[in-house]
Amino acid sequence: MKRKCDHCDRPATVHLTEIAHGKKIEKHLCEACAAKEGVPIQPPISQLLEDFVAQAQQAQQAQTRQFGELACPHCGISFLEFRQSGLLGCAYDYEVFQEPLTPLLQRAQEGGSQHVGKLPRRAGGDQQRQNELLQLRAALKEAVLQEQYERAAQLRDRIKELEHA
Amino acid sequence: MKLIDLTSRAGEWLRGGGPMQEVVISSRVRLARNLAGYPFLSRCSSVQRKEIAERIRDALLAADVAADLFYVDVEAASRLDRQLLVERHLISRQHAETTGARGVGISGSETVAVMVNEEDHLRIQVLRSGLELADSYGEIDRIDDALERRLDFAFSPRFGYLTACPTNVGTGVRLSVMLHLPALRMTGEIEKVFRAARDMRLAIRGLYGEGTEAHGDFYQVSNQTTLGRTEEAIITDFRDQIVPQIIEYEHQARRSLLANKLSAVDDRVFRALGILRSARLIGSEETMALLSHVRLGVNLGRIRDVQLQAVNELFLLAQPAHLQKIHGREMSADQRSAVRAEMLRRRLGGV
Repeated sequence: MKRKCDHCDRPATVHLTEIAHGKKIEKHLCEACAAKEGVPIQPPISQLLEDFVAQAQQAQQAQTRQFGELACPHCGISFLEFRQSGLLGCAYDYEVFQEPLTPLLQRAQEGGSQHVGKLPRRAGGDQQRQNELLQLRAALKEAVLQEQYERAAQLRDRIKELEHA
Repeated sequence: MKLIDLTSRAGEWLRGGGPMQEVVISSRVRLARNLAGYPFLSRCSSVQRKEIAERIRDALLAADVAADLFYVDVEAASRLDRQLLVERHLISRQHAETTGARGVGISGSETVAVMVNEEDHLRIQVLRSGLELADSYGEIDRIDDALERRLDFAFSPRFGYLTACPTNVGTGVRLSVMLHLPALRMTGEIEKVFRAARDMRLAIRGLYGEGTEAHGDFYQVSNQTTLGRTEEAIITDFRDQIVPQIIEYEHQARRSLLANKLSAVDDRVFRALGILRSARLIGSEETMALLSHVRLGVNLGRIRDVQLQAVNELFLLAQPAHLQKIHGREMSADQRSAVRAEMLRRRLGGV
């Protein structure tokens, strides 16, 4: 059975051992009476840690709930799938998931979220062309799966055209 | 060049010269790159994967990125050949074990190894003996430029070079050094070093990278941050601050062992040498552990009749795939134990 508070009927949650005049005095108090006696109440460190971890998990879960369904129109990966595997599906994901990705990046990268290093000499063609290629290749993959060969041939031609543009 | 030709010598990075060689076995710089306009590998069809591998292979061979570069189709390679490449640190375990079209371009001196279709489309690596990070970066930067003339890399002005895992995004640069830290292990201070290293945002792994154990007191230390800093800043920090500090800890531990525990050190290194010179059956893990003690003994000047380079080579030649390649046949673990013991006795002047 749980011990009651020395002063009232509430369960005792604060346990003190005091040594006064060579005698050991044990006190068992509820939080309210402990506060009245001026005993500072600190949650145990394990509780603090648990709370901290729980909060971090909640924040992550909230983020995953909020953005989990968000999916890349080119490669089809959802934010939830990315969180599970740790791997992105295509370059465009960095744009699609920019909002939820940025805090993750900052945590992994000592706060950094802006590239300041080497620049490619010819910047990989412009962004728009890259994205269009991603889109066309996704469509081509789908067309082949659906056995739509005429459409696949058209897409292939368009990809070649863009690549040599 | 054929893969079998590699087995007759130690890889450049293990030859054992180079600055700080008593602690730093080798330095590695790698760049992660992906082709623009293709999905990352987890979202590629097998046809796309093959297309990517072919494009990169053609670019590698045409761009003349390194002397005597040859290309190994890792998908078509035997299990033994793949294992050989892992033992020589030319490909990762992941690259050896995964499936699908993939390969590796290797320079004649084995200082350049470009993995194709590992986690990213391209993982360019430069390996050197000893502490040689700045030179290695210079070389890798030139290779990157040469490839860029033929390939479009996925890049965004905001996030830099785009990679499958966001922990590599930005510069795509990962620096690592392979350190031999036997004295810190003996004095029990290695954990302290690990804690300090983690505070400095470093990753510490075993001999063969991610998810592997530290055999024979070898540790791979690498930087983690790839975004928001320049390549030069990342290298300068790592080379001038972080690595020298760890080397200094190891040197302190070695001095302390010599000053305070000389007979314990001598006992350990000469026992190790004694076993290696007389064993009839020995496994690769035990070999690594004993060679590590011998290497310490040679570096401390306690063992004088064995060359450092010979010890360095044995670390490689005693590995399972190497033994089998050298003998030209597949062998069971028991057979390898006998052949390994025989080689160690012969090379270390045993009985």
